[in-house]
Amino acid sequence: MSTDNLRRGSLEIIDSKKIISRGSLYVAQARLTAMFKWIWMILAIAVANPVLYLLSIGVGVGAFIDKNAGPAGIDGVKYLTFLAPALLATSAIQGAIDESAFPTLEGFNWWKNFFGMNATPISGNQIATGVFLASFVRVVGTVVIYWFVMLAFGALESSKAWLAIPTAVMAGVAFGSITQAIAAQIKDDNIFFVIFNRFIVMPLFLFSGTFYPLSSMPVYLHWIGWISPLWHATELGRYLTYGHAMTRDMAIMHFAILLSLLVVGVTLSRRLFTKRLAK
Amino acid sequence: MSTSLVTARGLTKKFGDFVAVDAIDFDVAKGESFGLLGPNGAGKSTTMRIVGATSQRTSGDLTILGMDPEKFGPQIRAHLGVVPQQDNLDMNLSVSENLYIYGRYFGLSRKYLKTKIEELLEFAQLEEKRDAKVESLSGGMKRRLTIARGLVSEPEILMLDEPTTGLDPQARHILWDRLFRLKEQGVTLIITTHFMDEAEQLCDRLIVMDKGKIMAEGSPALLIKEYSTKEVLEIRFGSERNSSMANQLREMCERIEELPDRILLYHEDGEVLLEQIYSAGLHPKTSLVRRSSLEDVFLRLTGRTLVD
Ligand SMILES: Nc1ncnc2c1ncn2[C@@H]1O[C@H](COP(=O)(O)OP(=O)(O)OP(=O)(O)O)[C@@H](O)[C@H]1O
Ligand SMILES: [Mg+2]
Repeated sequence: MSTDNLRRGSLEIIDSKKIISRGSLYVAQARLTAMFKWIWMILAIAVANPVLYLLSIGVGVGAFIDKNAGPAGIDGVKYLTFLAPALLATSAIQGAIDESAFPTLEGFNWWKNFFGMNATPISGNQIATGVFLASFVRVVGTVVIYWFVMLAFGALESSKAWLAIPTAVMAGVAFGSITQAIAAQIKDDNIFFVIFNRFIVMPLFLFSGTFYPLSSMPVYLHWIGWISPLWHATELGRYLTYGHAMTRDMAIMHFAILLSLLVVGVTLSRRLFTKRLAK
Repeated sequence: MSTSLVTARGLTKKFGDFVAVDAIDFDVAKGESFGLLGPNGAGKSTTMRIVGATSQRTSGDLTILGMDPEKFGPQIRAHLGVVPQQDNLDMNLSVSENLYIYGRYFGLSRKYLKTKIEELLEFAQLEEKRDAKVESLSGGMKRRLTIARGLVSEPEILMLDEPTTGLDPQARHILWDRLFRLKEQGVTLIITTHFMDEAEQLCDRLIVMDKGKIMAEGSPALLIKEYSTKEVLEIRFGSERNSSMANQLREMCERIEELPDRILLYHEDGEVLLEQIYSAGLHPKTSLVRRSSLEDVFLRLTGRTLVD
């Protein structure tokens, strides 16, 4: 308490212009500090996830499928190669959901720490953006690790394969930003997770052309693919990792849809964060 | 130029149809220590959140540090230190990380925070817990950390919503001491509390709120003078007999309050009154003469006791 005498006061020590321009980075710093406490867990999951899936389904189930498919393979390649881009995008989405849903529910419902942040110069927009940025970092890490495991499994055939990294990241953060916007609205989170996982995440995972081409599904289920960031990222991933046939226009469209989802998700979550905090 | 840091006129907050804060007017002058007193649900915390430039008012005018919080929220909040009624610490982080990250939200430098955190840990008596996860702290420790966190930016206005709830007496006195020092240095305090002694100790001036409205305003001494007598006699006849006795006692004093366990008699001189009661042949089981406090003002204005 001796330092009380040295008090200079906020009017002298605080530069609010600086906070207005950098606030979201401070929020991201808080999120990353929290995330780094689990870094070994996050890394273990990021490595174990691709290894286990690619081994069991890609190689295991793949051997069986490749035998029956004959020399043409699935979409002209081994099943592992066909499957891997879909799993890459799935892991991006899974990571993004973790880093969007949990911090948002904590911040608004469980610990209410967003209200604490908002009592400082930090705005609702900056909290939303900061959470998004931290999730982005996690998704990039997850996808890069996944990509190298794919490389080790021999699942990358094209010289453009590295571009599957940004597309998968894009799908992840697009999905994450929408999750964030939805989570900001949630008051009863038990029901939220049940509904979200069973009725949104699972169906998208199963019906986005993940395990077989969307075209081999009944036509009346195709719409699921179209609204699913996973399908768009998977299609792009297949095109980029092994040269799955795709017109330039289609490629642009897939990309544009992912980008739009991202813009909508980020805009919406910023708005909804601000609204909820101002109640 | 006015020296008023907060000016509220017709300040109103509705949640749907429900009016939580009902057209209140008040000013807080620079360097003043201003209190909000009122029963549960009076609208104190709602008022604090609006003045804290987070919650948006429904109508009315509000100026804080010369700015409208609707337009200049971040600029105003840069100079406020907020201790909310409910702790909202970042449970992902340790004790010292909470202080550090909170300081970052004010854009404060690493170097500044390094020394500031030491000072705050000492003040909050949490030096030994610096690396502990916040989740593992006791309720009182969390409260102390929340208070310390509110001081990290050396705020011009410190807003404390029931700061000492859950604190032990020693921690309470350390906080009071700190608040006195801050006040001496010109910091403006806005406080809500359920503790009358705290209000009397800390507040230069206060408003008594009930159902979103202001019932009275003034310094603690003035409010006591205006709404109560100099002394109070508290007597007990035993819970069954209290209410039958009250009728006989009514004429002897200025005002009477029947509480479940005791009767309060308001009179300029409590001892004299007690003599009269004995000479009327009444024999209370216990009796106590004390000076009037804000508790009595509160009871008079709202018909409720603060601490039951
Ligand atoms: N977000 C909200 N939505 C709806 N009603 C609310 C909300 N916040 C507060 N209220 C209502 O507004 C009223 C005033 O609440 P407030 O928290 O301001 O009271 P208070 O004076 O701080 O009470 P306490 O002494 O219990 O802390 C209460 O009736 C409360 O239910
Ligand atoms: Mg309250």
